[in-house]
Amino acid sequence: MGTIQPKVAEPVSEELALVHAAKAGDMGAFEELVRRYDRNVFRIAQHITQNREDAEDVVQDAFLKAYQNLGNFQEQSKFYTWLVRIAVNEALMRLRRRRPERMVSLDEDIKTEEDSMPREVADWAPNPEQLYTQGELREILGKTIQGLPPSFRTVFVLRDVEGLSTEETADALDLSIPAVKSRLLRARLQLRERLNKYFRNRTGGDGKK
Amino acid sequence: MTCSDFLKELTDYLDDSMDAQTRAELEDHLQWCHNCYVVCNTTKRTIEIYRDSRLYELPDDLRGRLQTAILAKCHSHKASVAETAPHDASEAGPKLATRPGDAPTK
Repeated sequence: MGTIQPKVAEPVSEELALVHAAKAGDMGAFEELVRRYDRNVFRIAQHITQNREDAEDVVQDAFLKAYQNLGNFQEQSKFYTWLVRIAVNEALMRLRRRRPERMVSLDEDIKTEEDSMPREVADWAPNPEQLYTQGELREILGKTIQGLPPSFRTVFVLRDVEGLSTEETADALDLSIPAVKSRLLRARLQLRERLNKYFRNRTGGDGKK
Repeated sequence: MTCSDFLKELTDYLDDSMDAQTRAELEDHLQWCHNCYVVCNTTKRTIEIYRDSRLYELPDDLRGRLQTAILAKCHSHKASVAETAPHDASEAGPKLATRPGDAPTK
């Protein structure tokens, strides 16, 4: 059985050259960094906040904070990892504002029944995503990931959607590598379990709802 | 190897970050345990489906508005730093409208 292939990373030296130029006051270089990463930051922000307006604000504030603090960026990590750390903090802050009744923390480590091996495992249809239109599929995936605790979906989006390495994810979230792996496993298993009802093989069953 | 042992190693297995010996033990388990085979395969599909889903893509029109707002704030910050130096710059530039229905920016 194959493994998940990581996304191809951007050339770091090119990114670093843009960072150096931006630090020296070249606004065009910073604009290029914005263009390079705004889609990623928006995706991350919307995955965490689950709110479009909050995600828009996170994109603006994360880039502004990055710009204001460029001089403090020590270049010990990639610029993108540093930017993601800023964006995640902004997104979690907004999530806490919207849900003051409930603590939102990256330290959450919630165990559920979905973390253990299911007793009855149903296989999925060969191309389960083709059972639905693009719009239906997006709705299913959005609804499903929304049900995960913020700490789990944050790790999942950084690691599996954005393609950060385990080390980069740990760095961006200020978590240990074992903590990232533990949350990632639970996030993956919980999503898999929740997608079962949509994607399981229905041959001989009652077909698509 | 038990199914619980397999589950604990699933993330490292899917990410191909384990030694050859452990990998061989997991693959031996997969040969005869249908449940673990299905869980492994469907977890891998879960990751691929999310990765390929284009969920929460930034629409071009909104992207343009956000870029304009970000750069305006950065220019404003740069100008305020230049004006107030050597004093500290203000926390942030003016809040610009980026969504239809927001207050006019001028």
